[in-house]
Order: sequence, then structure tokens, then C-alpha cells
Amino acid sequence: MKRTLKRSNAPIFWALFGAGGMLSALLGPMLVLITGIAVPLGLLLPADTMSYANMLAFSQNVIGKGFILAIIALFLWHAAHRIFHSLHDIGIHAGIGAKLLCYGGAMLGTLFAAYSLLAIGF
Amino acid sequence: MSENQRTIEIEVLRYHPEKDKVPYQQVFQVPFTDDMSVLQGVQYIKDYLDGSLSFRWSCRMAICGSCGMMINGEPSLSCETFLRDYYPARVRVEALAHFPIERDLVINMEGFIEKLESIQPYIIPKEKRTLEQGEYLQTPEQLNAYEQFSSCINCMLCYAACPQFGLNPEFIGPGAMALLHRYNVDSRDGGKAERMELVASEEGVFHCTAVGYCSEVCPKHVDPANAVNQNKTNAAADYFLRFLAPKGGAK
Repeated sequence: MKRTLKRSNAPIFWALFGAGGMLSALLGPMLVLITGIAVPLGLLLPADTMSYANMLAFSQNVIGKGFILAIIALFLWHAAHRIFHSLHDIGIHAGIGAKLLCYGGAMLGTLFAAYSLLAIGF
Repeated sequence: MSENQRTIEIEVLRYHPEKDKVPYQQVFQVPFTDDMSVLQGVQYIKDYLDGSLSFRWSCRMAICGSCGMMINGEPSLSCETFLRDYYPARVRVEALAHFPIERDLVINMEGFIEKLESIQPYIIPKEKRTLEQGEYLQTPEQLNAYEQFSSCINCMLCYAACPQFGLNPEFIGPGAMALLHRYNVDSRDGGKAERMELVASEEGVFHCTAVGYCSEVCPKHVDPANAVNQNKTNAAADYFLRFLAPKGGAK
């Protein structure tokens, strides 16, 4: 009684979701603390930590670029997957449209981030 | 009738497909003592109040897996759930969620049986041994790898708990997955490659959204959520690495 089984392509999205989840759990709170609390209030860190010059240099460095891209892209893929599955959970069985909107949004965000990082130069 | 006998209201979901368009609730006044389970409560109803009430049961000691019901909305074995814990409130008993009802508290388990067959729930020997070669030996560590998953009694409470199975009955589901894992991680078994096809398929593990309620309701302390999620990793590794590690005839 063997049925024909179709291999699921879910691992691609699941791996991006997992990587984004790991990264957001490990780095998310720290980033909120630095960018949202410590720097604006002038606590803990030097006053010019997030100055234009510093941030430009950071985003022009190859490792800095990698970090920014990973943070933006993986967070987006994580959110897209979570939102898409939550829709399903609350009874909105959104089809291909919602899939395109969720994952397409993450894809556009990734491409835009990658383009911007390249455009900003080295 | 003893002196500590009290009366509890049991609200039962009734459905007789030849007569009823939709299931309905019926309330019975059931005298009970402290040692009576919910199963004994519905047995009292069948024996003394309404002989047409249908439900499955067998062992009365949480090992056969027949008497699973929704008790106040929770998937439970009715033989190990006690009326005294609900008194003086009314207790609500319904057929297991997410399954088609055959009659009253009896569900149609055909879909589950098919899934159970599809995972090949038996050891497919890695190497055939003759009688003279003796038994297959296992270390305690090798036993530990699969032992908890082998405690499944096919009661289907995890399926009644799983919201994803509720939304899509094609999903292979927690119980079958736990058993599949039980054989895949058995050192004597060589059928992993065959079973992985099912794990990685569209009916496979990726429907799971890691809710974990399946493991909470399991009466035998199996952890099906763990089996499902370990196999997400296995399926993902297989998905990305399958071109690097060719399998099949040429080893």
C-alpha cells in the first residue's frame, strides 16, 4: 500500500526560520538594549558609538556587512514563516497568496538589504 | 450502596449517524464513589440509564489505549481519570477530537491505522542472522535511544491534542512519528532510509509547529513532540546533504 510521496521543500524555509529564530533569541535583546536604550540614553557605551561615521565604517567592512545582512535577512525569514503559520493556526487557511506575501516580503527585504550593503561601498 | 456515595452529572456527547443530523449533549445523573473512574461512570450509564450509549474500552488500567475520550475538553484515558476530581461540577465527556465519529464516543480510527501501517512499525533487520548466530545484542545505551518511544499504546490522545492534525488530517501526526522514530533509532534496524521518505514528504514532520501538547497528554510519558522535532532536523539534513552522500546500491 505504498503511496507516492512527494518530498517537501519545507526544509529550506524551516532552516531559514530556525537560523533566524536562533539569531533573534541570542542577539535580539542585546540589539534592542544597545540601539534602543543604551545609546539614546547615553548609558554604558561611548557617546559616539552609533555616530554616522562609525556606522558607515561598520557597514563598509566586510564582516560588518555580513552581520547586518544576516540580522536583517534571517529575522525577516523567521518572521515570515512565523506569521504564515500563525495565520494557519488561527484558522485563516491562506493559500499561495499569503505565502507569496510572507516569504516574498522576506525575499524582497533580503534583496534590498543586500543591494544597499553593496551600494554603500567597501 | 455505601454511605460516601454522591451523585455527579455526566454530560455525554451523543451521535447516532442513522438518526441524528448533528451530535448533541445528554446529561445523566450518575451515583459514584471515590474510587470510580469516568469510564466506570459511562459504564454505569450504559448498564442502568441508557443501554444505547456506545464507547470503547477494554483493560481498565491504562495499557490497552481503547478508552480515550475528551474529558472536559482534554484528551484523556477515561479509565485513569476520576469522577471525584470533577465533583461537584458536571463532567463533560466527548469523542476524541479531530476524528470522525462513528457513534457516540466511538471514533473512526481508520486514518490512524493506515498511518501506523505506512511507517512500517517493525524491525527491518540490518543484517539477517541465522538461529545459530544467536540473538541481536544491544548495549543499555542503544536501548535507551528508543525505549521511551516504544511505550506508545496507540491511544490517539496525541492526535486529539494536535492542532495541526486537526487542521490537516493528512499530517502523519505525533503518535505514528514517535513509533517511526522508535524503529529508526533502534540499532538492529536497517529501514531508516525507507522511512525517511515519509518523514521528509509533504505529509511528514513539517506540518508540526512545535506546540508540544501531544507530549503533555500522553498517558505513557512518550515524548512524540521530541520525535517529530528530531526528525525535522534529520529531514532537513537529508534535504541539503542528499547530493553529497549518495545512498542506494553502490555503497
